[in-house]
Amino acid sequence: MARISAGVYTSHVPAIGAALDLGKSHEPYWQPLFRGYDSSKEWFARNTPDVIFLVYNDHANAFSLEMIPTFAIGCAAEFMPADEGWGPRPVPRVVGHPELAAHIAHSVIQDDFDLTIVNKMDVDHGLTVPLSLMCGQPPVDKFAWPCAVIPFAVNVVQYPVPSGRRCHNLGKAIRKAIESYDEPLNVQVWGTGGMSHQLQGPRAGLINSVFDQNFLDRLIADPAGLANMPHIDYVREAGSEGIELVMWLIARGAMSEKGLKVVRRFYHVPASNTAVGHLILENPS
Amino acid sequence: MPLDKPYKDIPGTTIFDAEQSRKGYHLNQFCMSLMKADNRARFKADERAYLDQWPMTEEQKQAVLARDLNRCIANGGNIYFLAKIGATDGKSFQQMAGSMTGMSEEEYRDMMIAGGRSIEGNRHLGEKK
Repeated sequence: MARISAGVYTSHVPAIGAALDLGKSHEPYWQPLFRGYDSSKEWFARNTPDVIFLVYNDHANAFSLEMIPTFAIGCAAEFMPADEGWGPRPVPRVVGHPELAAHIAHSVIQDDFDLTIVNKMDVDHGLTVPLSLMCGQPPVDKFAWPCAVIPFAVNVVQYPVPSGRRCHNLGKAIRKAIESYDEPLNVQVWGTGGMSHQLQGPRAGLINSVFDQNFLDRLIADPAGLANMPHIDYVREAGSEGIELVMWLIARGAMSEKGLKVVRRFYHVPASNTAVGHLILENPS
Repeated sequence: MPLDKPYKDIPGTTIFDAEQSRKGYHLNQFCMSLMKADNRARFKADERAYLDQWPMTEEQKQAVLARDLNRCIANGGNIYFLAKIGATDGKSFQQMAGSMTGMSEEEYRDMMIAGGRSIEGNRHLGEKK
C-alpha cells in the first residue's frame, strides 16, 4: 500500500522564484534565506518520494473570477508553469500522477469533501517555488523535477476561504485515501503559503513573528486545537494574505497526530513582503 | 440575517469577499487579460482604448490609468489580479505593495528588512499606536 512518509511546509513567495531564476541567490539579501534551505535540500535528496501531494493556492493564474473552486485536485499527466505576467518561470513541466490523483479524488469525494477535478491547468509560483526550494534548480541535461507531483489548489484568494477545521479534516481524508492505494508508493504531503504577510492597502508589509512562531509550535504539537482558530485571527494577526496558512493544516491533517520527528524548522524575515516559515516533519515508521 | 463581516474593522485592509468580487469583476478580468503577451503590448500601445473594450466603470478605468492600487482595491480589485498590471509595467510585488502605503520604495524596503510593519497598533480601527 502507499504510505505518507513525511510532510514539508514552506512559504511560496514569487520573489524567491525570481531570485533563483535571475541568478540572485548569492546576493546578501537572499543568502540567509537560501542557506536556511540547504539542509532541507540534502534531506530531500536522501528522501525523494515517488509522489508529492502538493497543497498550494493559485494566484489568479489558472483560475480567474470565472470559476473559483474551493478545493481543486490536478488529475492530469502534466502541468505547465504559468505565465503570471512576467513570462513563465524557466522550470521543468510538472509531471502528475493521474492514477493516484483519481484514486484520491474518488475516495475523498465519497468522504464528503466536494473536490473539483481538474484535467487541464497551468501551475504558478505557489507550486513551483516550493519545488525549487526543496529540489534546487534542475540541471540543463536532466531538466525534470525528481518525482511526480499532484497539485492540490485551495481557494484562499476570494473570501470566504475554507476554515482551518475543514482543512484539517480534509487532510485526514487525504491520508485515508493515500493509504488505501494499492501500489507501495512513498508519498510526501506538502503544505505551502504564508507565513504572515499583507500585500495590499496601507497596512501592507505587516509581519507578526510572534503569531508565526506560535503557529509553527501548534502545527507540530496541537494541530487539532490550531484548526479551531477562526479566519479573523489569521487576517487580523497575520495579514490579509496570511490566511494562506490554512493550507498547512491540510498537509498536517494527512500526518500522524503524534510521534512526529521534527527534521527541520526555519524562520526568516523578509522575502520581499513576506515572513518565510519552513518545517519538515517525518511520520513515525 | 445579515452576514457577519468582522474583518471590516481591520485598519488599512480590504478583504476580497463576494461583495468586492462582484463589484470588481470586469476590472479583475481586464487584469487577467494581461497574462497574454499580445494583450500586454496592445494595452501599452493605447491604455485608454484597451480599457474601453471592457465594461468597467469610469472610476475603475481612472484608477488603473493612475496606477492607484488603493483606488483599484476600493473599486473591487484584488491584488493578485492587479499584479498583472504591475507585471506589465515591470514592477515587482514589493514595489506594488509599497505603493499603497504612502512610503517611498526605499522606506518600504528598509521597513521590510528591519522586520516588517509591526502588528502593534494595527489590529483594530482607531487603535492607539
